[in-house]
Amino acid sequence: MRYLSTILSFRLISVMAEKLENLKMRVKKVSSSDSTHSLEMKKTVLTLGICFLVLFSLTAQPTVKIGSKLFTESVILGEITSQLLEVNGLETEYTKQLGGTRILWNALLAEEIDIYPDYTGTLIQEILQGKEINSFEELQFELRSFDIGATQPLGFNNTYALGMNRKQAEELNLNKISDLKKHQELKYGFSNEFLDRNDGWKGLREFYKINASNVTGLDHDLAYRGLEAGNIEVIDLYSTDAEIEYYDLKVLEDDLEFFPAYEAVILYRLDMERSNPEAIKLIKQLEGIVTEPKMVAMNAAVKLNGRSDAEVASDFLEDNMSLDSEIQIETLWTRLWRNTLGHLYLVGISLSLAILIAIPLGIIAAKVRSMESTVIGFVGILQTIPSLALLVFMIPLLGIGSVPAMAALFLYSLLPIVRNTHSGIKNIPEPMMESAHALGLPNSVILNKIELPLAVPTILAGIKTSAVINVGTATLGALIGAGGYGQPILTGIRLDSTALILEGAIPAALLALLVQGFFDLIEKWLGYERV
Amino acid sequence: MISVKNIEKSYSSKKVLKGIDLDISKGKTVALIGPSGCGKSTLLRIIMGLIEADTGTVSIAGEILSDKNVLQLRHKMGYVIQKGGLFPHLTARENTTITAEYLGWESSKIEKRLYELAELVQIDKKLLDRKPDDISGGQAQRISLIRALMLDPEIILLDEPLGSIDPLVRHELQTDLKKIFQQLQKTVLLVTHDLGEAAFLGSEIVLMKDGEIIQQGDIRSIMNNPANEFVEQFITAQRSPLEEY
Repeated sequence: MRYLSTILSFRLISVMAEKLENLKMRVKKVSSSDSTHSLEMKKTVLTLGICFLVLFSLTAQPTVKIGSKLFTESVILGEITSQLLEVNGLETEYTKQLGGTRILWNALLAEEIDIYPDYTGTLIQEILQGKEINSFEELQFELRSFDIGATQPLGFNNTYALGMNRKQAEELNLNKISDLKKHQELKYGFSNEFLDRNDGWKGLREFYKINASNVTGLDHDLAYRGLEAGNIEVIDLYSTDAEIEYYDLKVLEDDLEFFPAYEAVILYRLDMERSNPEAIKLIKQLEGIVTEPKMVAMNAAVKLNGRSDAEVASDFLEDNMSLDSEIQIETLWTRLWRNTLGHLYLVGISLSLAILIAIPLGIIAAKVRSMESTVIGFVGILQTIPSLALLVFMIPLLGIGSVPAMAALFLYSLLPIVRNTHSGIKNIPEPMMESAHALGLPNSVILNKIELPLAVPTILAGIKTSAVINVGTATLGALIGAGGYGQPILTGIRLDSTALILEGAIPAALLALLVQGFFDLIEKWLGYERV
Repeated sequence: MISVKNIEKSYSSKKVLKGIDLDISKGKTVALIGPSGCGKSTLLRIIMGLIEADTGTVSIAGEILSDKNVLQLRHKMGYVIQKGGLFPHLTARENTTITAEYLGWESSKIEKRLYELAELVQIDKKLLDRKPDDISGGQAQRISLIRALMLDPEIILLDEPLGSIDPLVRHELQTDLKKIFQQLQKTVLLVTHDLGEAAFLGSEIVLMKDGEIIQQGDIRSIMNNPANEFVEQFITAQRSPLEEY
């Protein structure tokens, strides 16, 4: 029975590996009709299962890794770039909605991604702040010192703006940003990034000397809803947002010209010019052809008409570059399947590793008195870190994607298992331990034959708790590009689509229930009552 | 066979054993008796090496008990406690054979020994495949006895073995225990708080109070010549069923 958990976890890892292998095959559309290779296949799966993490972090294929920010426009630009390269025969890996400017910039420097779209104003104000930059050439020069290159502007300026409900603006006679000074009572709702940026609210309020007491941060895509519902009254806008027209908003004039120009460009690491000149040549084809009306229309198509990023990007390539990019439109079920695999992959590996590490830690805590408070205290502290923060802490250490997400989930899963292993052993009645020692058995035999089996129900309960928490927390993994059920939730928030949010939330809840039921069954099968 | 010299033991500030000297020669059945808290169970645990004494030595069959030989010496001693000593996740069979298996006995040898002992303690072999929760308290103590006797130890230590058994079964078990002790001729040290049980099972009685041995001898000599007032009280405190108010 003591080996049960070990066996279970290895089994889980190999199953996961198998699933992932299938997934990869699907994606690459390799026809694997040869079922005679099943033995070889099994070997591969086994190898994969054992050194999975290593392999995963070493997937240094010559694919072009593309990232995009959290909002629709960035996602569309990333999609256009990705399809443009794909249709020209290059392999790409597109991680959409990876995070804010800092995360993408750092990911680019750390070679987690190779390419992502950004804006000149953002780069000058956020990344290169304090530098005197007055022209695009100067910007390119400064970027070069980071070994980063930028395409020429793509053709539109998506500057920040402040907007509000037209009726209310007219009632209060608000036309320019300066006018806001007269109305301290207004409720402001800004995207979190805008709130903190020097070229955002931080700089703006100083520049215009606006006194505002009621400022909240929220997701940009939710802002329009909040505005319509009246929860907030002034929001930040991107000038290419399709919603401005849709909701008939009043855009307040930047009368003191605070906001710089935000010309869209595509950033890449300069080493790409040598390692993948073809890719750079291709993305430069996008220079100047994405005009403002085209971008607004594409944003509207996705956000207001519910078309997919991929379709809109494909249409753009066809209309403007006569490229026929084949896009695969996933059905709900294939998407669900992919997300399920992604989620199980995150949960399975992180939980298995947690079991393998936490049970020995719990044993050490129970057996080595000098280690007891250290071990329990350490895993306890890990648990107090908010899960979101833990995920973000992982980025500088492990980059983006499923590896850092799994690492965070792993750390998060330790406490319940360590604590239950420790208490399961500690709570064995004294007379029983006395008889065990009186039999003249060495400590190792007592641990294996008596203490651990007696602690199994408690340990199992700890694993169950970890698993259920893990399934829920893994949805946050999408924030750092780890996939899983968090992905549709994140996209759902971006596109303001309840259906998409539920597409992630419902399976996540079901999976949590399923995991709970699975462990209940194991407990029953082993003959333990609920602990 | 068992030799205890100047054993002292304190818990925080309370001294529970105040220099105990005790020799038990081979084949004797000694009953250690006294009011609760007198230190008799602590002494038994020290002999078993389960608790370390503050001072003094314990010798088992001529060997001084130490960290180095404690496991090996425990194999020479069978140990039965009041209750809760059987492991609930193992069957009676697994409970009794765990040490023999660890020592690498052949399964045929284990099987033979197990059935021999089942016969000795008069337990139905069918019960051997049950878990402790599925057998009665009296049967559990018989299983505990099999476990204690499995390696054929020279010494048997029993800590209130019948303490939580109901009176009818206890009576029967006392009779059986006496027979077993006589048959096996082991060195037995039995802790009890019941003078009748001590007199019935023990060829010699050691009476303890507050961490000291007060009197030692056979039941007659103790009853006829109580060492002090306490011993006298202890003897008369055993109520007879016919006692009138």
